Amino acid sequence: MVLGNYKQVVAARSTDPEILRGSQDGGIVTQLFAYALDAGIIDGAIVAGPSDEPFKPEPMVATTREELMASRGTRYSISPNMELIKEVTRSYGLDKVGIVGTPCQMQAIRKGQLYPVGLRDVPDKIALAIGIFCMENFPYQGILQLVEDHGATKIDNVRKLDIGKGKFWIHTERGATVDLPLKITHKYEQPGCHVCLDYVANLADISTGSVGTPDGWSTIFVRSAKGDDIWAKAIAAGAFETKPIESVKPGIDLVTKLATDKITKNQKYLESRATEYGVGKALRNPYI
Amino acid sequence: MGILESLKTLLFGKHDVSEGKKDEKPEPAAQKTEPVHVAEKPADVIVEKKASIIQEPKEEKPVAEKITVGHVHMSGCTGCLVSFADNYEGLLTILDKYADLVYCLTLADVRHIPEMDVALVEGSVCIQDHLAVEEIIETRKNAKIVVALGACACYGNITRFCRGGQQNQPQHESYLPIGDLIDVDVYIPGCAPTPQQIRNVCVMAYLLLKGNDEQKALAGAYLTPLMNLAKAGTEACGCDIMTQVINQGLCMGCGSCAAACPVRAISMEYGKPQIERDLCIKCGACYAQCPRSFFSFDVVNQYEAIMDAIDGAMQP
Ligand SMILES: Cc1cc2nc3c(=O)[nH]c(=O)nc-3n(C[C@H](O)[C@H](O)[C@H](O)COP(=O)(O)OP(=O)(O)OC[C@H]3O[C@@H](n4cnc5c(N)ncnc54)[C@H](O)[C@@H]3O)c2cc1C
Ligand code: SF4
Ligand code: SF4
Ligand code: SF4
Repeated sequence: MVLGNYKQVVAARSTDPEILRGSQDGGIVTQLFAYALDAGIIDGAIVAGPSDEPFKPEPMVATTREELMASRGTRYSISPNMELIKEVTRSYGLDKVGIVGTPCQMQAIRKGQLYPVGLRDVPDKIALAIGIFCMENFPYQGILQLVEDHGATKIDNVRKLDIGKGKFWIHTERGATVDLPLKITHKYEQPGCHVCLDYVANLADISTGSVGTPDGWSTIFVRSAKGDDIWAKAIAAGAFETKPIESVKPGIDLVTKLATDKITKNQKYLESRATEYGVGKALRNPYI
Repeated sequence: MGILESLKTLLFGKHDVSEGKKDEKPEPAAQKTEPVHVAEKPADVIVEKKASIIQEPKEEKPVAEKITVGHVHMSGCTGCLVSFADNYEGLLTILDKYADLVYCLTLADVRHIPEMDVALVEGSVCIQDHLAVEEIIETRKNAKIVVALGACACYGNITRFCRGGQQNQPQHESYLPIGDLIDVDVYIPGCAPTPQQIRNVCVMAYLLLKGNDEQKALAGAYLTPLMNLAKAGTEACGCDIMTQVINQGLCMGCGSCAAACPVRAISMEYGKPQIERDLCIKCGACYAQCPRSFFSFDVVNQYEAIMDAIDGAMQP
């Protein structure tokens, strides 16, 4: 169950070289939204767009291919995409909403659909929720410290940040690469991530991440009926090149292992919160 | 997912999940007229129901038995009731298939609070108004389940800011959430509570009272967090986001709280909520919406089936 319910898991990458050029892995998110926009499945999507500060994401509503292109790539800092979930149906006027987010943001959206306490008329407008795998996230101040202090690299000169193969990678515009062991990054993780029990966005329509597949490819879980339908149409439209997950290295076992590691560790921490902090006082457990 | 299969059969016998269900919103002009129809219909329904309620097994309706529901109007702006009515044809479906509206000053011609399964109470209680105090006590006596409908009933909300001295009842200045006077079973926070949240609670309350064991279990699981809110107290504020989420090491910066706030008191700064406390009207929506206030995997993992079932239940 650490991988959630899914109808199929597959390795894939976008067939659009322009999308692939700036995307983090197989360009799955950008390609799926671009296809869904073209096909009229969504009117637009809430994505993590660029902001005034380098690598600091800012939630944004993309209604054109150009705007989607501007949001390609992972920004390893908090992008509160749910912040726009009501506004997108109001001043932006979208009826069929796409949204990308981390597993916790997928939880937020599904809770919001079942318990729309403050989300009037939103629940029926979610047309495509794409989840991205996530081990942890960092406040922007943490990213600055990792890149500038530990990595001794000016953030303005960074082309791409990546976490993979047990390291935090900083690629600069001039081609240099700095890597930091993940041991260093842990103290910069946001505390809320340590109670998180989802690695592969179990509640998304379609979820994707790099783990499990070779560089430039992505692992994709097709989960909901809606996701299944859209994925089939996107494949039929030639949007993706796919390979059976069994045929690629390192494969699904690594995804299962990392998901199990994350959930086990965080479950243990959650339990410790009930006792660790003093005499008979428990910290709150959000999961009932 | 046996629960949901049987839930679907109970709700509509034959099951048809219309995935591509076209958005049912007519153009704005048409929408505006809807509540007017709605306002007339339930009254009709009640009149004909009066007879049939007393009689036993009815027509060939697929639904076993209806529950009885009342809307009790305390000091509120009627926005909660309007929000209920904003389910448009959904409201008619609810009244047609699942619930008889046995009390509602605005829509039904019944003067005294009758016995009922579910009382939806809107508004807080003005304790200088003796009639209001009597009515809320009466409501508790006569209703199996008391639901605080909307933020005024749950938390006082905007009525917290009353200072009295107004025309034509200058002594009316103290407004209490109903939970300060009676036991409350379920909270629906929000100003106004959303049509979809009210709808979901109605369907779940119906299942809780009339469903089979599995359905009761699902409805119980769904309603538990809203019951827990009712147990947790009668005060809400944007500060709950700080004290109950961030201070507890639970916030992960999703932004749901900011989206939920009806007065835009919350903005996201560097990935965390920043609350403009003077703007806050104390409606409780932010905290209830936060996935780190309560989150039940048992319920949310079944979101797809539950939403299909509710959708189906709302078909006329
Ligand atoms: C904080 C974080 C941690 C991650 N951890 C892992 C991991 O442990 N293992 C793994 O396999 N994958 C992880 N990923 C996912 C991975 O980095 C890629 O984002 C994913 O594979 C999608 O790549 P793509 O080429 O398909 O998408 P692209 O086409 O490049 O598009 C990426 C999309 O993600 C959105 N996005 C970027 N940053 C954020 C953000 N901070 N919050 C929300 N949305 C964002 C963008 O708006 C864009 O729409 C993580 C991502 C994030 C943001
Ligand atoms: S680790 Fe969990 S809580 Fe943290 S950003 Fe990722 S999905 Fe959200
Ligand atoms: S909804 Fe909760 S977890 Fe999300 S940003 Fe607000 S306080 Fe944090
Ligand atoms: S901050 Fe906004 S949502 Fe939260 S209680 Fe105040 S008014 Fe309501």
